[in-house]
Amino acid sequence: MTNHWRDIKNADLILINGANPAEAHPVGFQWFMRAKLDRGAKIIHADPRFTRTSAVADMYLRIRTGSDVAYFGGLINYVLQNNLIHDAYVRNYTNASFIVKDGYSFKDGLFSGYDASKRTYNIATWSYETDSATGFARRDLTLQHPRSVFQLMKQHYSRYTPEMVSSITGIPVADFKKVAELVGQMGKPDKVMTIVYAVGLTHHTTGGQLIRSGAALQLLLGNMGRPGGGMNAERGHANIQGNTDHAISWEILPGYLRIPAPGQKTIADYVAASAPKKSDKNSWNFFGLNYSKFMVSTLKGWFGDAAKKDNEFAFNFIPKPASNASWMSIYDQALKGKMEGLILSGMTAASIGPDSNQVRDALGKLKWLVVMDALPTTSSEFWHAPGVDAASVKTEVFMVPTTHWIEKDGSFVNSGRWSQWKDQVLPPEGQARHDHWILADVFQRVKKLYQSQGGKFPDPVMALTFNYKDATKPELDEIAKEINGKDLTTGKQLASFALLKDDGTTTTGDWIYTGSYTEAGNLMKRRQGVQDPKANDPTGIGFFANWAWSWPLNRRVMYNRASADLDGKPWDATRPGITWDGSKWVGDVPDYPATMDPHDPASWLPFIMNGEGVGRLFSNSMIDGPFPEHYEPVESPVANPLHPANSASPVAFLYDQAAGRPNRFGDAKEFPYIATSYRLTEHEHYVTQHVPHLVQLQPKAFVEIPYELANEKGIKNGEQVRVSSKRGKLEVAALVTKRLGALTVAGQKVYQIGIPIHWGYVGLSADSDPGKGRYWLANALTPFVGDANARTPEFKAFLVNVEKL
Amino acid sequence: MGVAGAGALAASGLGFDDALAKSTQIKQKLRIEGAKELHSVCPYCAVGCSLVAYTRAKSNGTTELLQIEGDPDSPVNEGRLCPKGATAMQLAVSPRRVESPLYRAAGATRWQKMSWDEMLDKIAKNIKSSRDATFVTTDGNGNTVNRTEGIAFAGGAAFSSEEGYFATKLMRGLGLVHLEQQARV
Repeated sequence: MTNHWRDIKNADLILINGANPAEAHPVGFQWFMRAKLDRGAKIIHADPRFTRTSAVADMYLRIRTGSDVAYFGGLINYVLQNNLIHDAYVRNYTNASFIVKDGYSFKDGLFSGYDASKRTYNIATWSYETDSATGFARRDLTLQHPRSVFQLMKQHYSRYTPEMVSSITGIPVADFKKVAELVGQMGKPDKVMTIVYAVGLTHHTTGGQLIRSGAALQLLLGNMGRPGGGMNAERGHANIQGNTDHAISWEILPGYLRIPAPGQKTIADYVAASAPKKSDKNSWNFFGLNYSKFMVSTLKGWFGDAAKKDNEFAFNFIPKPASNASWMSIYDQALKGKMEGLILSGMTAASIGPDSNQVRDALGKLKWLVVMDALPTTSSEFWHAPGVDAASVKTEVFMVPTTHWIEKDGSFVNSGRWSQWKDQVLPPEGQARHDHWILADVFQRVKKLYQSQGGKFPDPVMALTFNYKDATKPELDEIAKEINGKDLTTGKQLASFALLKDDGTTTTGDWIYTGSYTEAGNLMKRRQGVQDPKANDPTGIGFFANWAWSWPLNRRVMYNRASADLDGKPWDATRPGITWDGSKWVGDVPDYPATMDPHDPASWLPFIMNGEGVGRLFSNSMIDGPFPEHYEPVESPVANPLHPANSASPVAFLYDQAAGRPNRFGDAKEFPYIATSYRLTEHEHYVTQHVPHLVQLQPKAFVEIPYELANEKGIKNGEQVRVSSKRGKLEVAALVTKRLGALTVAGQKVYQIGIPIHWGYVGLSADSDPGKGRYWLANALTPFVGDANARTPEFKAFLVNVEKL
Repeated sequence: MGVAGAGALAASGLGFDDALAKSTQIKQKLRIEGAKELHSVCPYCAVGCSLVAYTRAKSNGTTELLQIEGDPDSPVNEGRLCPKGATAMQLAVSPRRVESPLYRAAGATRWQKMSWDEMLDKIAKNIKSSRDATFVTTDGNGNTVNRTEGIAFAGGAAFSSEEGYFATKLMRGLGLVHLEQQARV
């Protein structure tokens, strides 16, 4: 989230897309309701299903899954055509005025630079026209230049008329116009809208662009950086945010530094290829300027004395991937016989999929699989799953019992970036051990093997720092201090990442957490909350600055310089983010130099992390286009109404095709219904299979079938149905419901089927049925394809057939 | 409060607040007398609801978890919990836990128990062997890449942040490029 949970109470209008917070994040949803009840805020819920979120929304829109770019694109078009944008914000705080190079184009669904044989774009034309003297981008603050981002954007979205939006999304034109009118009010400086989303937006081949389309709308309305505004992702697991920040992710190092690429030999090469570049004289380019400091301090933290100036701080110790190495790539490599071992911790590949049957085959091609978990999972048990001949599975499997969250301390970071420390409440149960102790112990054993036997490039294994009292049992408190980082000259904990250096005299584990554990102690433990709201939240805006700690630097709303106008006055005095008081910025922790006078002609632009210094309506940071464009899901019953010849994403990576495996995508003739998947309130993937009260509340697998379709097929509520895709099937009970219904898309009537994911062959439900085979994995249906940029699987839009059994 | 309770209130002539305070006092005395109060965070979704957990040391040296409830001081949840958070005790203390390290050999049809020492040794040997077998020092273009191609690590959404950071550090130290957690899935 750019903002945080409690901040949602500050909004005037709440758009919820690809999310169902009333059921999936029920306690966070209280802040949506506070906005509605206390401020009279309106809630608009666009979702394939009518859920409990829809029930309290002011408007519910039945939308076709995966079509939200058209929805946001239509809103972008509406505010541009009717001049409802926040003019001063757009002119000064976004790249609307930047001039794009001659040669950029968009025709028939393809941006300039497309190479059909490689399914990739050459993005050379997706950049700014620069001034030859300064190298900076040319700007036209009148926004009239035909190649200004503003004019190109206006042109791009002019195709997204209410009628076109309706044809793509299935939302009736009249309903869409009502939404557009409400959204159109939100460009006024004293109004603010938030957009809240979850994996219903990300789990598409266009997932990244779905979010960008919402963010672009927010920039046009001047709602980024403001209390009550922003783009707010509701994350699904307790610490998915913290462990994304800490880079358990192939493409990054801690703090969103890019993983180095082959060919980069020095820190300078790496920074030149990775860091943002200053493209305006008033851009601070803070991230770009400091990139080498963050990287060198990380290398120094990891490799200690082995990281020296004369060896580029051990830059060659960091692995440089050849190609994408994300979730699906792991199983793709296993299917090719190139992956020998997999360590899964609190994560079950078999249930997650996508295409669980193919993933199960992949697990069977590994030499070894380590499952670290407190409870059995569908992955630890995959080798004797229903229908599998255990003797034929040659994978060696280790089930390593770990402790639960309550048996260890450490922090969890919530969706709003609040890092909250927890106590160790219980000692480890039985023989269970902490995950980090298991990893530390294994690592020390590997190190000993290299010491005694030698082997491939042992240097990083030998050099990795273990500055803990016990190398096999590091304390999380010790690691938290390491993450913060210190000054090696004084030995003191650092108070800010602004103090990091690239000369080897400072360390950090994750620069965005520098400031979380200072000489003042562990700030994530702070507990000054609602027991005394007057003292702890004096403005009532909800920052609670001394409750826990949020990154970066305890800032509660990111990009908050944009919450104030050019003079430093809040756009809305009743909801200030930061305010210039004549000598300094007050309010939230400023995302800006604390004493920089906004009236100084040399003062920085507001978005200090970008090279441009402003929010990007047009960007070359995505591989599938500088403006979000609607593409159909890979499996869709209709051709794209905008450009039928280029219907689906032209650059989504097709794993099976690239590997020469048979096609696993179905078509609408065989599989006529759209399906989407989701979580129920009682479910968390997939540990709640073991919690008795929750299993009692949701005892058995089911799918949701629209009432009209059930009537057509003679399916009664509770009857068994088979739902099948090209890849697999489920045979479960039908829940016949009016919460789902027919849509008219591209002139055709289409139905959407709802599939809760959770059940499987492991857990209390499965144990209650001796023929465990009835408990199918929902992700057996989902396609092995993902977002063009992030490779996030397209879990939320695919084709199925439904048959009565 | 049931009908009998309401009747008792009326008969006592006490105000409702006083009676409630008294009954609460009695109830709390029974339930968390001598308990240790600790703070945790809900293990499920990422709203980040704060929890208060009460434990008591037992005479046999074990610790009993008495109660988990929403932390009223939290600006996030203000004491509230959803059905998952409210049943967190059943996740914390479960008869379904894996009791000891279990090993399943290639082609075997059942698990066998294994000591921690043997299991960690076997895993370490596998990691070294796969690392050595699939390590690429220099790629086809002559670039130093120092990567382990044949081992993947995935997980972490249930880790404390510090464990997650530690996992990243160790896996990158081993040269892994296939590193993943729940953000994408």
